[in-house]
Amino acid sequence: MLGKLDWSAIPFDQPIPLGAALIVFIAGLGVLGWITVKGYWPYLWHDWITSVDHKRIGVMYIVLAMLMLLRGFVDAIMMRTQQLLAIHGPGYLPPEHFDQIFSAHGTIMIFFASMPFMIGLMNFVVPLQLGIRDVAFPTLNSVSFWLTATGALLVNISLVVGEFARTGWLPYAPLSELAYSPGVGVDYYLWAIQISGVGTLLTGVNLVTTILKMRAPGMGYLRMPMFCWTSLASNLLIVAAFPILTATLAMLTLDRYLGFHFFTNEAGGNQMMFVNLIWAWGHPEVYILVLPAFGVFSEIFSTFSSKPLFGYRSMVAATMFICLVSFMVWLHHFFTMGAGANVNTAFGIATSVIAVGTGVKIYNWLFTMYGGRVRFETPMLWALGFVTTFTIGGMTGVLLAVPPADYVLHNSLFLVAHFHNVIISGVLFGAFAGFTFWFPKAFGFRLYEGWGKAAFWLTLLGFILVFAPLYAVGLEGMTRRLQHIEVDAWVPWIVIAASGIAVMLVGAACQIAQLFLSIRDRDQLRDDTGDPWDGRSLEWSTPSPPPPFNFAHQPHVENEEPYWSMKQRVIDGQDPRTDRHYEPIDMPKNTPTGFVTAFFATVIGFALIWHIWWLSILGFLGAYATFVVFAWRDQAEIVIPAEEVERIDCDRTAAQMAWLRRGEQVR
Amino acid sequence: MNDHFDTMPSDITAGSARRDPYMLGRSSGLRDGRSRQEGATGRGEGGPAPKFVTVTYGFWIFLLSDIIMFSAFFASYAVLVNATDSGPTGKQLFDLTRVAVQTGLLLTSTFTAGMASLAIERRSMPGAQAWLVVTGVLGALFLLLEGQEFITMIGENAGPTRSAFLSAFFGLVGCHGVHVGLGVLWLGTMMAQLWVKGFRADILRRLHCFGLFWHALDIIWVAIFSLVYLLGASQ
Repeated sequence: MLGKLDWSAIPFDQPIPLGAALIVFIAGLGVLGWITVKGYWPYLWHDWITSVDHKRIGVMYIVLAMLMLLRGFVDAIMMRTQQLLAIHGPGYLPPEHFDQIFSAHGTIMIFFASMPFMIGLMNFVVPLQLGIRDVAFPTLNSVSFWLTATGALLVNISLVVGEFARTGWLPYAPLSELAYSPGVGVDYYLWAIQISGVGTLLTGVNLVTTILKMRAPGMGYLRMPMFCWTSLASNLLIVAAFPILTATLAMLTLDRYLGFHFFTNEAGGNQMMFVNLIWAWGHPEVYILVLPAFGVFSEIFSTFSSKPLFGYRSMVAATMFICLVSFMVWLHHFFTMGAGANVNTAFGIATSVIAVGTGVKIYNWLFTMYGGRVRFETPMLWALGFVTTFTIGGMTGVLLAVPPADYVLHNSLFLVAHFHNVIISGVLFGAFAGFTFWFPKAFGFRLYEGWGKAAFWLTLLGFILVFAPLYAVGLEGMTRRLQHIEVDAWVPWIVIAASGIAVMLVGAACQIAQLFLSIRDRDQLRDDTGDPWDGRSLEWSTPSPPPPFNFAHQPHVENEEPYWSMKQRVIDGQDPRTDRHYEPIDMPKNTPTGFVTAFFATVIGFALIWHIWWLSILGFLGAYATFVVFAWRDQAEIVIPAEEVERIDCDRTAAQMAWLRRGEQVR
Repeated sequence: MNDHFDTMPSDITAGSARRDPYMLGRSSGLRDGRSRQEGATGRGEGGPAPKFVTVTYGFWIFLLSDIIMFSAFFASYAVLVNATDSGPTGKQLFDLTRVAVQTGLLLTSTFTAGMASLAIERRSMPGAQAWLVVTGVLGALFLLLEGQEFITMIGENAGPTRSAFLSAFFGLVGCHGVHVGLGVLWLGTMMAQLWVKGFRADILRRLHCFGLFWHALDIIWVAIFSLVYLLGASQ
């Protein structure tokens, strides 16, 4: 009846996961109780859960990402402290638990923290920058988000019901095969990633279509803001790479569930095929994560230097170059496989060459600042921290691209330091930069600068303290994923790294304090202009938060920086807003389709993990019924009356004019 | 699901009748900002495309991703085709007569799907329903033969658990079969919807997407037919 599921799945004998689960459970109950007492359910249901507004979905993506970022950070703290406490000793995490921790850390950070953060930013910003009212497929967007949330939920259920994979964040075969991983850990991984992967693929389809087919009139490709370009590249990579992941994990699933022999030791299975396939997705994946961050930095460098982006066209070329070449370097993840000197050389050269694209970008950012009026506000600090540290990470990457060097450094902490160096300073700093940059746009008030700056400096310092020692200890021969340490020469480095994560923890606390205090004092931090940073692209021409329809009138774009030129014209006394006629606007209607689909996806995933076949069939029937009900609806849109549009737009214009007058008085 | 910016023409052919539909002369006169409306929507500086174009374009992108997924299965088949573990090979297993009938069924169903889309263009309900049902029945017959093939092979101890070659074979061909099955389910749902709701704009878009899907499956089958069956039986 319940497949493999029984009471032994709950780890009553392990206090750490049980205690953690209990805390999460009580905190969750507390939040739900608070929502019920305050009577927020109708608001949450109508305005958020069933919303198909790209801005709301973007915000929900980022909330999910931040929660998962904290979860993954807790895993990181556990790993650092375990290594600190396990010098010539057992530490506090037994090996099978430690293995789950590092697997969960990687899986959560990549799939459920970085991906949703970047997708959330793209969702929120891209339609606003393109001057349109929503993405191409709003309901699909909601489905994508809720499927991602399903995957995150499944990974977190594994904390208390059963176990998580012990195979690392990429479940290399044959370790992940049934013979060596008989538990449900790998199954949790497979179904969580498959379900959220479908969501990611649909997002890719959605945003590619949006960017290629729905730009405002006049916005040719070479007038798109850089963030839209990097989003396009990133989503093209999603469309081209995620199907490979889907296929690979499907093959592993067939091996585990139906006794196929794709990657097994027996009957001719091929383990190296798994490694090749997974990295054919995995390497584009790192660019899927970092390209949107590059876009965020491009916007920030330009805005906070009060200058157009230097070398716009070379930036576009570099982005598309990275997009293409990212598919030609995957073998550098396993030079030691023994594919031969010629193959390794080819991939080594390709790997070095892809750094050229990033180098072009670095110089463009530096020259954007050159001669500009640089304002050192929090987003800009994150961007500057990125440029300095990312360059170091990039150079160690070029070092690892040399096959003979890779033979020495493979699987060492030097490698771990390298990829954290690029992914933290690239993706995480990019996420935080974008978060502080667009937060006033999303909510209509700023975040406290002081707390933000404190968070930046502490995070930067902690990040260097954690990973600089790992480079050193990696060169001294320490391999990754060690549960305990027996070499005394490594100990000082491990101690420094552990102290670094304490600093990062304080940084994270500052970030949380910044958010909560800013929400508490939102009336003092209110921004009426919609343009707190003196922005240059179209999203800053809308009120903050933007109305559901984004733009009362469809913008007409005449150059690369439409909002900047609009502002300049107003300052010159030529108000371009002569069009004072308002029309009703049709907007897509909210629908619970995404949420209901995700509910059934959770049921299907959980049932398949525990081999509860009847429940999974019920889940599939439910999902099918949901789609039929959605397809059968007669009314897909609601109309926002012209008076409403006019009222919102006039409020906005008044605030804007007041701001301009203030500016003139200052001059 | 709204038509963005109602000023845009909603007909699929909008723009193609203009003087320069592919904006080959885009460099001339576009900078002054006055001639921007000359461009076709959805391209260059022409503004958002109509809903029909957006939806079908998005579905094309999805199909491309689906084809990449198949390419991963094709790659695994190419890697594992000789890993028979001293079990049966393709030459011993493949029954080309059945495969020929399957191919005939699927190719014919593509033709009938095309006839259905012509009937839909004419807004002929009986014609559309008739051609769609023929398409679905042909697809179901194809699946029946594939199921028969699979059951026969498993009965001869040549199931997917026998060797890596057979795993890859069942994975690739089965993946196509699952797609055909989902297509038939989609088709049935669409027929019911068309019957109840008539030729509504969103239903027309979905039917067009279904046509794209069905033709794409045909293309993949041609690849399977040549690379798996013909090549396998001749070696």
